[in-house]
Amino acid sequence: MSKKINLKIDGIPVTVDEGTTILKAAKELNIHIPTLCYHDDLCIAGNCRVCVVEMKGSRNLPASCAMPVSEGMEIMTNTLKVRTARKHIIDLLLSEHNAKCTTCYKNGNCELQNLASEYKISEPMFIDLVPHKHYQMDAYSPSIIKDDSKCVRCQRCVRTCEELQHVSALGVAYKGDKMKISTFFENPMFEVVCTNCGQCVNRCPTGALVERNYLDEVWAAIYDPDKHVVVQTAPAVRVALGEDLGFDAGEIVTGKMVTALKRLGFDSVLDTDFTADLTIMEEGFELLGRLKKALVDKDPKVKLPMATSCSPGWIKFIEHTYPEYLDNLSTCKSPQQMFGSLAKTYYAQKRNIDPSKIISVSIMPCVAKKFEADRPEMRSSGFKDVDYVLTTRELAIMIKQAGLDFTALPESHYDSIMGESTGAAVIFGATGGVMEAALRTAYEVVTGREVPFNGLNITPVRGMDGVREASIKIEGTTPDWKFLEGAELKTVVAHGLVNAKKVMDSVRDGKSNYHFIEIMACPGGCIGGGGQPIPTNMEIRKKRTEAIFREDSGMKIRKSHENPEVVAIYKEFLHEPNGHKSHELLHTHYKARHRY
Amino acid sequence: MSYTNLKRVDLIFDQDFNPKEIIKNAWGKTNDQIINELLESGLKGRGGAGFPTALKWKYTAEQPEPDKYIICNADEGEPGTFKDREILFKVPQKVFGGMAVGAKVIGAKEGYLYLRGEYRFLLPELEKQLDTFHTTLNELKIDFNIKIIMGSGAYICGEESALFESMEGHRGEPRNKPPYPTVSGFRKKPTVINNVETLVYAFMICKHGARKFKELGTADSRGSKVFSISGDTPKSGIYELELGMTVEQFVEEFGDGDTKAVQVGGASGFCVPRKKFKDTIIGFEGVPTGGSMMLFNSSRSMYNVLHNYLEFFEEESCGQCTPCRVGCQQLIRGIEAVKKGYKHTTYLENLQRLAQTMKITAKCGLGQSVANSFFSIVENFKEEMIY
Repeated sequence: MSKKINLKIDGIPVTVDEGTTILKAAKELNIHIPTLCYHDDLCIAGNCRVCVVEMKGSRNLPASCAMPVSEGMEIMTNTLKVRTARKHIIDLLLSEHNAKCTTCYKNGNCELQNLASEYKISEPMFIDLVPHKHYQMDAYSPSIIKDDSKCVRCQRCVRTCEELQHVSALGVAYKGDKMKISTFFENPMFEVVCTNCGQCVNRCPTGALVERNYLDEVWAAIYDPDKHVVVQTAPAVRVALGEDLGFDAGEIVTGKMVTALKRLGFDSVLDTDFTADLTIMEEGFELLGRLKKALVDKDPKVKLPMATSCSPGWIKFIEHTYPEYLDNLSTCKSPQQMFGSLAKTYYAQKRNIDPSKIISVSIMPCVAKKFEADRPEMRSSGFKDVDYVLTTRELAIMIKQAGLDFTALPESHYDSIMGESTGAAVIFGATGGVMEAALRTAYEVVTGREVPFNGLNITPVRGMDGVREASIKIEGTTPDWKFLEGAELKTVVAHGLVNAKKVMDSVRDGKSNYHFIEIMACPGGCIGGGGQPIPTNMEIRKKRTEAIFREDSGMKIRKSHENPEVVAIYKEFLHEPNGHKSHELLHTHYKARHRY
Repeated sequence: MSYTNLKRVDLIFDQDFNPKEIIKNAWGKTNDQIINELLESGLKGRGGAGFPTALKWKYTAEQPEPDKYIICNADEGEPGTFKDREILFKVPQKVFGGMAVGAKVIGAKEGYLYLRGEYRFLLPELEKQLDTFHTTLNELKIDFNIKIIMGSGAYICGEESALFESMEGHRGEPRNKPPYPTVSGFRKKPTVINNVETLVYAFMICKHGARKFKELGTADSRGSKVFSISGDTPKSGIYELELGMTVEQFVEEFGDGDTKAVQVGGASGFCVPRKKFKDTIIGFEGVPTGGSMMLFNSSRSMYNVLHNYLEFFEEESCGQCTPCRVGCQQLIRGIEAVKKGYKHTTYLENLQRLAQTMKITAKCGLGQSVANSFFSIVENFKEEMIY
């Protein structure tokens, strides 16, 4: 047990563990200390200095986020000295900041704006430095827009990119008044190792890093009478959207979301879950196929372990960082892109609509999906398979723009076709979910029996540890799969690219013998995606994850191969998993990119 | 050269010494003896902050961690300071010797000398001297090794924790304190980091004993100090002088007869105006200095002096913390605006309050010390700021 430290904050005694910071100790007393560079997910920077407090016996005001408690310490969080200093600091930040709040995308959800409001900064105390600066705007990327004039140099993005993602696309350049957040050789974000994961966007306190929004384009499509606009919604959106619209974290809002989308005017409200189930069929049979080639045909060219390919941040990461393992990726497109290519082929045929008149929109917890939809690989329908990708946050904005009272909306069901889903598809939204869904189906295909876990819940692959290994013994196979009898299927799940690196390094160094790897670029999987409501932190990720598994256990069908629409599409259109048509529409290959 | 009222000392540059003998002698003593001797001498850090050297060594020695380091901070970047350059040029063996004694006391096997980027020209000779020193250590069978690491020209890297970051290959940005270097320094290990001059004094105290040092100076400022003297003076250069003199005594010796102000301690130090010469002691009881003494005569505009310092800080701030990064920009734009009449003279009071905030909230010594020159120049030369 760690040592206990006694101290007083604003005269109130408190006892905390040794090593606790003043900020956290104050939180235990429900004393609010304003912060800016601090974020629950990141290491302590202590560079904004907004959280300074007075410490008895010290001439200086320490930053409460960085200062550990000590025995007998006396802290004052709200003296005139403290308030004056904080006001100065906020004023200084504002003097460097392009404070055109009314036209800022983050207006209303900006931590600097909140601080200015809290400290009632009315008349600027200092000289406006913005006209003296040569701020740059990087708006080349289809995913992320970086506007240096809004940057407060808190370095949350830098820490996110390094600590959570091990990408370090963003770093600090220059010093003094010219210090800025930049990229390798100050190239545009589009041209560097950025994976577009958007974790920086999710942590940026201001409007310096935001997603490229496609609100106007989508509204225009909706109101274009010539267009048939279909929308798909990713699994993780339904457990997070509520946070931006008046619900607490962890609320499942699927039915309300569907109603809202219909009221916004989308012609058909469909579900990415349908193609998530389809992904399980394609990817599951691909894995079994590779195992057969390796074990029975002894094909030396077969690539194992096989890695999932649903997460576009992970795809770009492997293209840059481990290009020699690109053939280990499942050739499956992500559920979003499978949906896109089917929307303009299968769906168009079934509904008898000219595919050139279809606008395909997706609602994603993700910023990288915007980049993915723009990839040249993603045009197998003959058109751009997915026209516009909106984040969870953008959908919330549209719902607000439309004047809908979200909390009061009735619930409704997805449209058909491509609107049917299963519990296996929903759990794609959480780390370990793809693995669990794949195992539910693959095990049953091979043995004819359900996975031997209570209530289909494959708990060893669940949880929040960065890397989780699990193995499952295959016993009692059907004759077709006899070669797998007694085999132990070794799997590993990783989330957050820093953990992806750990797994890939162990594969590269021959320290592991996995068969199947699930990797999600974002911490917690898609529920912690870069496009999710702000803030996102560990507590919120846990609540969204719980909601995902609640949604799963409440579903009538919980295995992908039992999705009736999936059964139908194989019967009517695709014929068999990994068949000719599937390869044409649902699979792809990626190319190596530079390591800088 | 004549000295009418100042005592010239020759501890640092005295060439009559045998490093091998001093080291042998030091190795004959216990660590406690060496620490007590240093404590007795009253030696305080010569980089400017003035932390008692004996305590720094003692705290580090007490750390249970097996790996420890001793680092010589030769990133001499304070404007107007050039004494470490001279010390490294003339008596490098004493610097290395001081490091070796420190290493013995704290239990370090590795030492590093972080050399200012602009002093690269010293490197070939220093490397040669270092070989000689390593030979001496080998002869004495002492397991200690020194490496020289080059800085790249950033002022901020003279700040100890930024220096560690730089040595580790990171961007030179100061760390949060605590933990202090004695607990977690270079490579997060207990580290002693001393100024070049401090190490030489420590070595000389090993040679002569505490007494010779302690006899010099005052109660708060023991011993002597190397000064880098520049500006409006007929005798610019490097002088080792006893501590405890007043600015008046100093100006009598080094002034050109028309001295209006002395900037003690460089851009991050204090400006002493003529009217305060008499009552201001150069030392820790008055104005502390890392060695820089800049004299200004009546032909100088103190507005320009301050503007120059602020420009320096604006550029040399690492840029990570708000008070320093933006504060420096505001101070410089602010005095410009007052001078040009864009802002009322009362705006100077706003700027003084801002400087006060910088002093108490900046993350490191750089940001905290900008206020020193700002206050002392604005307060004493207000009319020059306005007209």
